[in-house]
Amino acid sequence: MADIEPSGGQEKGGKKRSKKMSTRIDFTPMVDLAFLLITFFMLTTTFAKPQAMEINMPEKEKPGDPDPPQVKASTVMTLLLGKDNKIVYYEGLPEEGANTKTEVTDFGANGIRKALIKKKQEVDAREDKKDKTLVLIKPSDASNYRNLVDSIDEMAITGIKRYAIIELQPVEKDLLKKAGY
Amino acid sequence: MPKVNIKRKSTVLDMTAMVDVSFLLLTFFIMTTQFRSPEPIIVDTPSSISDTKVPDMDIMTISVDKEDKIYFTIDNPKYREALLDNMRTKYPQLQLNATQKKHFVYGSSVGSPINQLPSLLNNPPAEHSKIKQLGIPADSTNNELGNWIVQGRFANPKVRITVKADASAKYPTIKKVIKTLTERDINKFNLITDLEEKPKNL
Repeated sequence: MADIEPSGGQEKGGKKRSKKMSTRIDFTPMVDLAFLLITFFMLTTTFAKPQAMEINMPEKEKPGDPDPPQVKASTVMTLLLGKDNKIVYYEGLPEEGANTKTEVTDFGANGIRKALIKKKQEVDAREDKKDKTLVLIKPSDASNYRNLVDSIDEMAITGIKRYAIIELQPVEKDLLKKAGY
Repeated sequence: MPKVNIKRKSTVLDMTAMVDVSFLLLTFFIMTTQFRSPEPIIVDTPSSISDTKVPDMDIMTISVDKEDKIYFTIDNPKYREALLDNMRTKYPQLQLNATQKKHFVYGSSVGSPINQLPSLLNNPPAEHSKIKQLGIPADSTNNELGNWIVQGRFANPKVRITVKADASAKYPTIKKVIKTLTERDINKFNLITDLEEKPKNL
């Protein structure tokens, strides 16, 4: 306990009695200091460590590499990330050039997510194997980093396993311009 | 009227239990706290549902702030020293005295081109946030970021590469960073994000 036992009260033979000092120690300053330190360390500790999202980029093309496997155009969906946090997307290949039918949407829960889920269900129903959907993410120079992370995140949310981040093609720049983004 | 004697209670509390608990907490917080040198830039990362944690050690961070300036850092003073020596072999014009070296080794992110690094390192790391830095060049003609990355990997081969960019950083800058990485055959890296709750009812 807080008390310290008074040691050796009786001196043998000695008649002199030293005055007994109180052995109670005032703990208040120590407690004050301890709490100050606790507060300091509590405030400086960071428990919430940042999260990391892993991305794998395709390997550099080297001469002599085998041709990449062909993909069915009907399984492909292309997202063009435009300005003002908008996405212009189309399915398949841009066969009709600048006249390819595109849709404009945003990153909200009712935006691109619905379109991706719909596409995934369609492809899963049509193909004999699951997870054949391929999404191409093509950020334009007007988009920002949040758009890129959000689109990769949508892949994780909708469970699309195959996606790639690639450069815009000239025809797609025209598509974006035509859609106004 | 008879005098009622109220028995006085002692006002001395036994604080032992409280002191025990408070010291226990103190010990816990002292043990768990890790001090980091302050970052010179504020980066507001976007959020994602990914819940993988960033490892504690062996990380290299390429930061992009909202003004599209690129910063570079690697943890652990031991590797920072090796990295600086490597960079000085690569860029012989980079002359640093002992103080400047110390400021680099015990500092954090730097975002200055090689020719401006000495003047930045005249200041202690705590002052770096007040100094306007130009960002590390990552263009195809002058890609200093690429050299930082390669020399950083030489200094610590186990290093994990993370990209920490501000949500409003423009894509062309991100593209430069990603291109710098993939051109050096680094195809696997991490993007640092905040945690966001996974949406339900899909």
